[in-house]
Amino acid sequence: MTDTADLSPPPAETSLFKKLGLDTRLLGMIAAFLVLCILFNVITEGRFLTPRNIFNLTIQTVSVAIMACGMVFVIVNRHIDLSVGALLATCSAIMAMTQTDILPQLLGFGLNHPATWIITILVGLLAGAVIGAFQGYLIGYLAIPAFIVTLGGFLVWRNVAWFLTNGATIGPLDSTFLVFGGTNGTLGPSLSWAVGVILATAAVAAMWAGRRAKLRHGFEVKPVWAEVVMSTLAAASILGFIAILNAYQIPSRRLERMFEANGEVMPEGFTQGYGLPISVFILIAVAIIMTVIARKTRLGRYIFATGGNPDAAELSGINTRLLTVKIFTIMGVLCALSAVVASARLANHTNDIGTLDELRVIAAAVIGGTALAGGAGTIYGAILGALIMQSLQSGMAMVGMPTPYQNIVVGVVLVLAVLIDTIYRKRLGAR
Amino acid sequence: MTPPLVEMRNMSISFGGVRAVDDVSVDLHPGEVVGLLGHNGAGKSTLIKMLSGAYTPDSGEIYIDGKKATITNPREARSYNVETIYQTLALADNLDASANLFLGRELTTKLGLVDDDAMEAETRKIMGRLNPNFQKFSAPVSALSGGQRQSVAIARAVYFNARILIMDEPTAALGPQETQMVAELIEQLKAEGIGIFLIDHDVHQVLKLCDRASVMKNGKLVGTVNTSDVTDDDLLGMIILGKSPNKRNSVSEPA
Repeated sequence: MTDTADLSPPPAETSLFKKLGLDTRLLGMIAAFLVLCILFNVITEGRFLTPRNIFNLTIQTVSVAIMACGMVFVIVNRHIDLSVGALLATCSAIMAMTQTDILPQLLGFGLNHPATWIITILVGLLAGAVIGAFQGYLIGYLAIPAFIVTLGGFLVWRNVAWFLTNGATIGPLDSTFLVFGGTNGTLGPSLSWAVGVILATAAVAAMWAGRRAKLRHGFEVKPVWAEVVMSTLAAASILGFIAILNAYQIPSRRLERMFEANGEVMPEGFTQGYGLPISVFILIAVAIIMTVIARKTRLGRYIFATGGNPDAAELSGINTRLLTVKIFTIMGVLCALSAVVASARLANHTNDIGTLDELRVIAAAVIGGTALAGGAGTIYGAILGALIMQSLQSGMAMVGMPTPYQNIVVGVVLVLAVLIDTIYRKRLGAR
Repeated sequence: MTPPLVEMRNMSISFGGVRAVDDVSVDLHPGEVVGLLGHNGAGKSTLIKMLSGAYTPDSGEIYIDGKKATITNPREARSYNVETIYQTLALADNLDASANLFLGRELTTKLGLVDDDAMEAETRKIMGRLNPNFQKFSAPVSALSGGQRQSVAIARAVYFNARILIMDEPTAALGPQETQMVAELIEQLKAEGIGIFLIDHDVHQVLKLCDRASVMKNGKLVGTVNTSDVTDDDLLGMIILGKSPNKRNSVSEPA
């Protein structure tokens, strides 16, 4: 159809950011994050941006960030999940009991038997998947609003965990299982560099492969210099992050104990960096997989289409009910994965594990630009949102701000972030 | 005598005790445009949604190429090459033109991943044919004008080799110039042998574009007429009064 608006050529893209193909929303968030970090760094006289604190920040963020990735799918599809913290607690309780009680009795596997950790994690992931799928079934097929199903789930799963464990703290946990917690399991400098180089190479390769594909179809592409700048930026930030994590030295007393455990004596002046925590590695893997699902699979396409217009999705032959079940199953699996990380970090299952996590997870997704109206959101945004929340919280704690003020600030920031996002969207002319 | 492309026989459906469609039979031949006329709530959209798979009829049978067809969901309708352009356009506003065009039928790479570049290339080809001025391939369709959105919706139907096309008030949201474009497109599709059900309020539009018109009132079929045999007053009489026209006009085969 003819359309007068079409006849004029598209406006010349003059902005530098547009030439680089950067998302301005992402840039805004990164800028806000950097300002926050520098501010805290100044107030704490340089204690905030030390390798040690950055290391701690990353491992504290992992559990919420993993669940926030799933929450993006849930919210994009116009649902909500209020039960993630409670579901985490139930998965954590089930896994703690599996490794300390059920496996030893049933199969005679002791706590540190080589098969214990893997069976435990598989049991946990299965539990998360089953519970998530069940909640998804109630929402998708029985048409109970997600708000109600997961509000019920919030009470049910929190107290199923309590009931299963009688409210007791369960520990110590399997020593291999603890590796997923963070401090107890890092890759060490050499392996971390290897992972960093592989990730950086993959990121750069993906960018150039995308460019080649576009050229093959004869589409417009970014200028070569822009690609080079972006590739360099991506590779530099990945390797820089690894360098910081490697710079955090394992305390010498702890190193001594590690040598002693192997029956050796630590050489004089021996030092070693922590490197990439395994939990952070898991988060990176989750982020990559979830981003590929969102952008490159039919499942992801349908999640976004359904969030944009549920009727259109239905009429296009998409089974939106089954889609809901799939989304909540993914959410459940990610809750279980977070339960592995959270309980391993605490080295115990505690009765209050994951309390209020549902709010942190939703806040992370929303601060990260996920629209509650559905249809819009990114995985990297949610992870950045989780990181901003955690930095804010631990920064304020470092500054010595009283707890009530901390919570007030977090609440205000959440509302402000959504306000800014709303204004941004209006300017953009989108919903 | 070849069987009709589509024959809907004695279709009925009720919603909460209201018979939205009551024992209605219509048919459609290749290269023919059949108009469905009636007031709001006359049941014309409901009737057609049983063909497109959005509703399952309480009773009645659908024959496609003379063979009985079972259509219980949109996917099955598509397998009979029935494509629908809905009044509300049924586009996901947050996705771009090619994602909408291929929604539910994405092209994939060998790895089974969605191949956005290939889909965009195909979209550029078909839009080049339908609406050469269309350029906004990377913008979400919420940023498009009514005419542009309509052309995306029509492109979707045409691309997948529709043989039976259902258009639900395709020009309701369009200006005169865009309406003219849709009219030309309908002629073009007709020449390709596609059968079209056109749902419309506008009697003049139907007289101009359609070969036959079926009029519905209160869920019942008032009658089917050749548009060449009737005036707009005859049609209005059928719509408003539910009055069957003279016997000589009441036919079920095209002239």
